[in-house]
Amino acid sequence: MELCQLTAHELKDKLVQKEITATDILDSCLQRVAQVETQVKAFVTLTEESARETARAVDEKGDYRGLAGITCALKDNLCTKGIRTTCSSRMLENFVPPYDATVVRKMKDEQAVILGKLNMDEFAMGSSTENSAFFPTSNPWDLERVPGGSSGGSAAAVAADEVIYALGSDTGGSIRQPAAFCGVVGMKPTYGRVSRYGLVAFASSLDQIGSLTKDVTDCALVLNLISGYDKMDSTSVNAEVPDYTRFLVPDIKGFKIGVPREYFQAGVDERVKEVIKQALLKMEDLGAMVEETSLPHTEYALPAYYIIAPAEASSNLARFDGVRYGLRDTEAENIIEMFASTRARGFGPEVKRRIMLGTYALSSGYYDAYYLKALKVRRLVKEDFDRAFARYDVLAVPTTPTVAFKIHEKSDNVLSMYMSDIATIPINLAGVPALSIPGGFVDGLPVGLQLIGKPFAEGTILRVAYTFEQNTDYVGRKPKLGVN
Amino acid sequence: MPNTEYEAVIGLEVHAELKTESKIFCSCSTEFGAEPNTQICPICTGMPGVLPVLNRKVLEYAIKTGLALNCEIAEFSKYDRKNYFYPDLPKAYQISQYDLPICRNGYLEIEVDGQQKRVGITRVHMEEDAGKLVHQGTITATPYSLVDLNRSGVPLLEIVSEPDMRTPQEARLYMEKLRAILLFLGVSDCKMQEGSLRCDANVSVRPRGETRFGTKTEIKNMNSFRALERALEFEIDRQIELLEDGEKIVQETRTWDESKQATFSMRSKEEAHDYRYFPDPDLVPVVVDRDWVEAVRETLPELPDAARKRLVQNYGLPEYDATVLTLTKDTLDFFDRCMEEYHDAKVVSNWIMGELNRLLNQQNLEITECKVTPFGLVSMLRLIDEGTISGKMAKSVFEEMFATGKQPEVIIKEKGMVQISDESALEPIIARIVADNPKVVEDYRNGKDKAFGFFVGQVMKATRGQANPKMVNDILKRILSGA
Repeated sequence: MELCQLTAHELKDKLVQKEITATDILDSCLQRVAQVETQVKAFVTLTEESARETARAVDEKGDYRGLAGITCALKDNLCTKGIRTTCSSRMLENFVPPYDATVVRKMKDEQAVILGKLNMDEFAMGSSTENSAFFPTSNPWDLERVPGGSSGGSAAAVAADEVIYALGSDTGGSIRQPAAFCGVVGMKPTYGRVSRYGLVAFASSLDQIGSLTKDVTDCALVLNLISGYDKMDSTSVNAEVPDYTRFLVPDIKGFKIGVPREYFQAGVDERVKEVIKQALLKMEDLGAMVEETSLPHTEYALPAYYIIAPAEASSNLARFDGVRYGLRDTEAENIIEMFASTRARGFGPEVKRRIMLGTYALSSGYYDAYYLKALKVRRLVKEDFDRAFARYDVLAVPTTPTVAFKIHEKSDNVLSMYMSDIATIPINLAGVPALSIPGGFVDGLPVGLQLIGKPFAEGTILRVAYTFEQNTDYVGRKPKLGVN
Repeated sequence: MPNTEYEAVIGLEVHAELKTESKIFCSCSTEFGAEPNTQICPICTGMPGVLPVLNRKVLEYAIKTGLALNCEIAEFSKYDRKNYFYPDLPKAYQISQYDLPICRNGYLEIEVDGQQKRVGITRVHMEEDAGKLVHQGTITATPYSLVDLNRSGVPLLEIVSEPDMRTPQEARLYMEKLRAILLFLGVSDCKMQEGSLRCDANVSVRPRGETRFGTKTEIKNMNSFRALERALEFEIDRQIELLEDGEKIVQETRTWDESKQATFSMRSKEEAHDYRYFPDPDLVPVVVDRDWVEAVRETLPELPDAARKRLVQNYGLPEYDATVLTLTKDTLDFFDRCMEEYHDAKVVSNWIMGELNRLLNQQNLEITECKVTPFGLVSMLRLIDEGTISGKMAKSVFEEMFATGKQPEVIIKEKGMVQISDESALEPIIARIVADNPKVVEDYRNGKDKAFGFFVGQVMKATRGQANPKMVNDILKRILSGA
């Protein structure tokens, strides 16, 4: 096995034992990038030089605390000082932020080796990474298929072993859905657990930064690194952050797992259902109590989301007006024309669609019927979860209704694309944490098992996921990718 | 002549910049007058990914203002986004408060022709200011405009009145009182010229006796109290004329043109923005704890109304004097400091309202910027009382104090301006003048009062104004009566 194929905790052990150096890991990853990147196309920007400097500095110090010296990469909507942050949009193609996002600062403080910025659906709007203004990313398990989205570059880079782990953002499933499609572990923490400062906002009340890792232990390590209150983010929660590795205990005897039936209805592939059913049987074998339950407002989550998220997006993306940074149409005759033509040229069709949807939903005369109503639905969705969590430790559902679909398969059918997030969106509306872990395979393609927890109970999710991982062999399987 | 068959209905929306050290959602300085774009950061320039964090001082000042304006302080309030595109608005939305403002249902009192009148305050809310555009020439002809974001994110309070005012004068009195209250609280500089106090007016007219409101217009761009009064006078006349001519008033926003002394249409109701307000998901709602409100109430200083009453009751000052002396906190402080050292409030009041205000206005200075100290004024008043200088001499001494900041004793010494209060020195001078003017003496004896004044004038001239006036009077009377 090459170093790039190992997990962060395995590499960390080797670093501490002085068997390898951070530079060795970086070299291995770079070699891998050279081999597969033309097929996968996960990176928007490679930062080889600064990654080398960091690796060298870590090796000189020889202090391999936390995730120091481990090669990783960032979704390209996390602001990096001095390194362009594009959101995979023409609008920000040459935008270089003057500051670091809080999570980026934490990673730099930890001396994480950041190899670059990863492709995504433009401004995180999409479920296939086909909405990138630059190029689509391929699924390492089948290059004809999408990696999911919007954090498709993050999931693909980790699945292809180009980096050891990556950060993504999740507004309606944008970490978990690509994690499921690419067969990696994706965690969306509780809203407020991780500072959003420096994450280019899509929908502020739903966005949350999280991790894409090769296994559950790495997930705990990354969560340790990025979690915590930040005075720069008023919505981050000032609650103590436990050491998440303490929850990595392979025992779920007596755990109560609820299985809401609404997540297994029409539209969910029978073979996916079967995989999840087998996974749940495994949980029972391991001593958990698995029980069917109901989250009755689930069917209203998707429509409510497609009011709330575009409404917030229409306001969040208004700042891209050509005045201070990013694209500007310099030919425009006057300011109004400059606003209009800059935005017409800078945004792709999906972004424009959502800006229009959101603008409409917030307009005078429609606000009560759409936005306010959607907020009420959101409350009902949240109350469903509250009731369920009074009885269960975690809920288990499929992450996605199908395995990864083909490139172009859904790009002309917006609604069918939106439906691929049907099992992840309610979790963002409720603000609760959830993780997707490989739960089995269909036709050689990974299927994601989604574990949902109570607010700030990421630890419980990790314990269940870890137990499942230790007793199955789905986590750690590698796509072929025509190399080795 | 105002048309008395109609009455106007006026409501004011006032924006006051708060005097906090840092901006409302970031730690940049709020200092006025810095080089363009030197007081900015990723947050107040609306960089991608930044988030606002509330400056608690802003909330405290808002509560303080609400309490001083007799408002209810909301236990739960929130911030909303007001969305519109403009190059001076970096996020393309302004963080403001929409349906749940921090303060509601207050009032302030003004005195109109000796009567107290209560003007309702609908609401007070917090918001952020926008930046500033610098045009090359006029806004319509400029080839390009520059954006200065120093002001972006400076905290504002928007204070909205009920439509309770009926005349431009009442509107002016309301603004003066509101300004005085904000100055007493120390929450704002309230400089209309610098834009730290701004005011828009909603105005309509209706036949006297009618209880329904007429169609209103909104007037903007009034940069002084005088502009406010003039603009309202103009607009009220314009509306009455339209009604008299059987025409309809169009609901619109109009701008006051200071050079043309007229209002002009800016945009109609149809062109009005749809701001698409919605709760800002980046900020948590404000929950104000009652204990905190009470603690803030404890810190409220004496407010203009209380100070005015105190001046009337404690010093027997006329209402008019008390009102002028409480227009700003600094004026009141000046007066109070004089009174710590001096006994006669009316004399102090006369000097502040008279000579001091005249010189301040002439040189466009604030009382805090002037060189005359309360101690200096009191020292000068003592010199008058002691007979060292006359009231007339005092005026020129005061001007010198104002110009140089020197103490009155120093000025008198330097200019040799000591009053002549020595009878043996004055008597020969007066006797000579009387002897030189027999004709005038005859007039005096024939009962012509003017004649006496002539002699006083001659004596003053001969002594370069330094003769003790009371003594001159006494000696003149004695000599003229032939004693």
